[in-house]
Amino acid sequence: MDFTLPKEHLLLREMYRKFAENEVKPLAEEVDEEERFPVETVKKLARYGFLGIPFPKQYGGAGGDALAYTMAVEELSKVCGTTGVIVSAHTSLCCAPIYEYGTEEQKRKYLPKLCAGEWLGAFGLTEPNAGTDASGQQTRADVKGDHYVLNGSKIFITNAGYADVYIILAMTDKTKGTKGISAFIVEKTFEGFSVGKKERKMGIRGSSTCELIFNNCIVPKENMLGKEGKGFSIAMGTLDGGRIGIAAQALGIGEGAVDETIKYVKERKQFGKRIAQFQNTQFQLAEMHTRMEAARLLVYSAAMKKQSGEKYSKDAAMAKLFAAQAASEVTRQAVQLFGGYGYTREYPVERMMRDAKITEIYEGTNEVQRMVIAAALNVN
Amino acid sequence: MKIIVCMKQVPDTTEVKLDPVTNNLVREGLPSIINPDDKAGLEAALRIRESVGGTVTVVSMGPPQAEVALREALAMGADEAVLITDRAFGGADTWATSSTIAAALKKIGFDLIVAGRQAIDGDTAQVGPQIAEHLGLPQVSYVESVESVTNDSIVLRRQFEDRFHIIEVKLPCVITALSELAVPRYMSVSGVFDAYKKEVVRITFADLEGYLDKANIGLAGSPTRVKASFTKQPKGAGEKFEGSDEEAVRLIVSRLAEKFMI
Amino acid sequence: MSKNVFVFAEQRDGTLQKVGIELLGKASELAASLNQQVVAVLLGENVKEAAKDLIAYGASEVIVVDHPLLKEYVTEPYAKAVSAIVKAYEPEVMLFGATSIGRDLAPRVSARVHTGLTADCTGLAIEEGTNLLLMTRPAFGGNIMATIVCAEHRPQMATVRPGVMKALSRDDARKGTITEFDAKLTDADMNVKVLEVVKGSKHCADITEAKILVSGGRGVGAPEKFAMLRNLADALGGEVSSSRACVDAGWVERDRQVGQTGKTVRPKLYVACAISGAIQHLAGMEGSEYVVAINKNATAPVFEAADLGIVGDVNTILPKLTEAIKKYKAEKAK
Repeated sequence: MDFTLPKEHLLLREMYRKFAENEVKPLAEEVDEEERFPVETVKKLARYGFLGIPFPKQYGGAGGDALAYTMAVEELSKVCGTTGVIVSAHTSLCCAPIYEYGTEEQKRKYLPKLCAGEWLGAFGLTEPNAGTDASGQQTRADVKGDHYVLNGSKIFITNAGYADVYIILAMTDKTKGTKGISAFIVEKTFEGFSVGKKERKMGIRGSSTCELIFNNCIVPKENMLGKEGKGFSIAMGTLDGGRIGIAAQALGIGEGAVDETIKYVKERKQFGKRIAQFQNTQFQLAEMHTRMEAARLLVYSAAMKKQSGEKYSKDAAMAKLFAAQAASEVTRQAVQLFGGYGYTREYPVERMMRDAKITEIYEGTNEVQRMVIAAALNVN
Repeated sequence: MKIIVCMKQVPDTTEVKLDPVTNNLVREGLPSIINPDDKAGLEAALRIRESVGGTVTVVSMGPPQAEVALREALAMGADEAVLITDRAFGGADTWATSSTIAAALKKIGFDLIVAGRQAIDGDTAQVGPQIAEHLGLPQVSYVESVESVTNDSIVLRRQFEDRFHIIEVKLPCVITALSELAVPRYMSVSGVFDAYKKEVVRITFADLEGYLDKANIGLAGSPTRVKASFTKQPKGAGEKFEGSDEEAVRLIVSRLAEKFMI
Repeated sequence: MSKNVFVFAEQRDGTLQKVGIELLGKASELAASLNQQVVAVLLGENVKEAAKDLIAYGASEVIVVDHPLLKEYVTEPYAKAVSAIVKAYEPEVMLFGATSIGRDLAPRVSARVHTGLTADCTGLAIEEGTNLLLMTRPAFGGNIMATIVCAEHRPQMATVRPGVMKALSRDDARKGTITEFDAKLTDADMNVKVLEVVKGSKHCADITEAKILVSGGRGVGAPEKFAMLRNLADALGGEVSSSRACVDAGWVERDRQVGQTGKTVRPKLYVACAISGAIQHLAGMEGSEYVVAINKNATAPVFEAADLGIVGDVNTILPKLTEAIKKYKAEKAK
């Protein structure tokens, strides 16, 4: 077992860090405070190849791999959870299903623009009555001549409003249950498509989370992704990959909190000593760091399994479950060590604590991850 | 146009810490970076290539570990990388360093040579002008912007403390870059993967036969020697004064004068 | 046989630069140890008059190269002239100011005459016994000092930081000779074309680049009082920065904020005026080389981070300090 990172990845990490430190961190407080989608950051991300990391160059990607992508989300999330999820949703939930399930024509049409950041991507599965139970889809897609007509709505869609391309799940045959669900590539310019109300959230407040509305939305037949009736399995496969992205986001948020805390405890003095000199501080930090390191190994190992083509569904679920819980706990400990200052917006740890919570919820709650893991263990 | 960028891998001196007990420099764990002025020079070179075409070759003299800095330059978009490395070059001062680099440049060829004004570990600002002298080329140092460039000449803005010159110089020539010359781009993700597919060419003393005299390299070829080095006295606990405004002002002025801050 | 301590006396538009005068002071001391003379080298166009000033400041001989090609500083004509003088006179020591001229010229000359050069020296002395020049300079971002020698090559060359050496007081009674030197300059030596000369120094508003910062906290009291800080900064040749409180109050632009949520600065001099020194502020300025803190509250945490702490009121101290610094500088310039 080799735990050393390849040279490319070490250099990449350096690049990610510099970029995050100089371009992302200075905006983190502001995008959170103002609930503002960081459009300017997305442009910069595009310029340096962050928006197509794991895809081959022939489709406009950076020619990297799943680990390189995972590390990018991790490093961005260390300083800004919002930026981490923008990249994750775009890459894992829109580019990846097109790359993995799309026709050659679809790949050529969409991937170069998505990877270059000319277009941003999103994914729509969740509905008001189909959350964790995604099989309860009510959005319908009916054939009419050379196109489908979509009706219904989606909620909690990350990147909505700023994305140009959406992977949308809809019922093409209600009688067949999950086997009646199909996936579509929907462009924001399609007739009958609109973005509804924006959510006001506890964390990742710079990311745009909105409702999508399909009112007789016209989608050409050639925009069906995969075969008819394969939508549910495409969605589940996509979420397996997406979980690695969210696990990386959680990992980054937790690690970012550890970094901030280490810096703070060396400066802050109480009772005539730096608080780093108190054993409680030392033990807390030792534990926080250990949790995040354990999370990192699970996340990287899931990414490497995906890269090598092995089954990784359980690994992704374990990585996300563990990293999300670790991030929530570690950010909470960080706020505690900062004391009163930690509770204020003067320091970033309260933001990190708010950002961490969502990683236990979206792209499958902790409970869903446990279901996936248990199923893989044949415990049912 | 064949553009050469001379680069040095340096310890990030802004991260330097002194051991509180021994007062020695803690060198372990100090990150190595591309010298900032050199990086600005690389960015300027990449932009010149984007405007008039050609290639950018990054050249560094140093230990084998300096290869990382060259990979970083490749990942930013340089076309080729050359590492001048040999135990025989060790201990070189600026005179011997510039002789060695000049010999290597003669061998690999050039139209425009860009170097950083100075490196943050030595702060000498000597190697660029000395390379120019060894190659018999005109030099423009302290360059803060490139005004225009063609395939046979370049117009530069040269900074002085109290003025600047707009200077036109014919190629080949050497320019030395201030860090404000150009804000360096980041490496790109695809650039990093490509950087490791390229070869970093190594040049040793043997490769420079006919270009370089053994008497002019390394410690033996260096006119200067470090006789002693010492860390600065650590900061005192700090003095605190309470008294009349006039006395306070006198004290501040005298302290600042002692420290040559006024 | 090489002899004498040479000083490159930099002039701009016919005005001698202070650093050259300072170097004459140091050179006099070195020359005395060596039992040799101080020789100034003066290059320019119509600069002969200034040669007398160099004698008054300690040169026993001034070698003047007066030529139209030397009007503005350009590397090659200057390097050619200085190299020719070095070859003709064989100096034991040659000193340059570590300015954007000296640091361009000296390396070129050292490479041409094949000798060593030590940059940015802050200390020069003659070693007893060997009579070698001990050149001491900061290295590694100023974290260590190194003493350099050049044993086998002559001249022993150094550039010296302006403001470090002490000039002699002017004495018009000093005697010396003025020698004109023909460096055989030709138009071909002008290997670059100076298209434009634009005079006037640039004003640096980037607090992370500033060498000196005068920083104000909430205790300054009111936005209009920042003018006091501005005046002091101008007198010191620095910039104004501030703590977060003043930025949030709208007294100061955000890009001047130092600290956790502002910028990290590491100037040579940081004057903290009525800043209490909350840790988020200290985090942004702890890398400063020298910190002067002025605060009414004797227990303010800022004093723990200060090299010099003054317990007092900025409202009365700052204007007096500004005047005192102006006066000091005016006297020094004389």
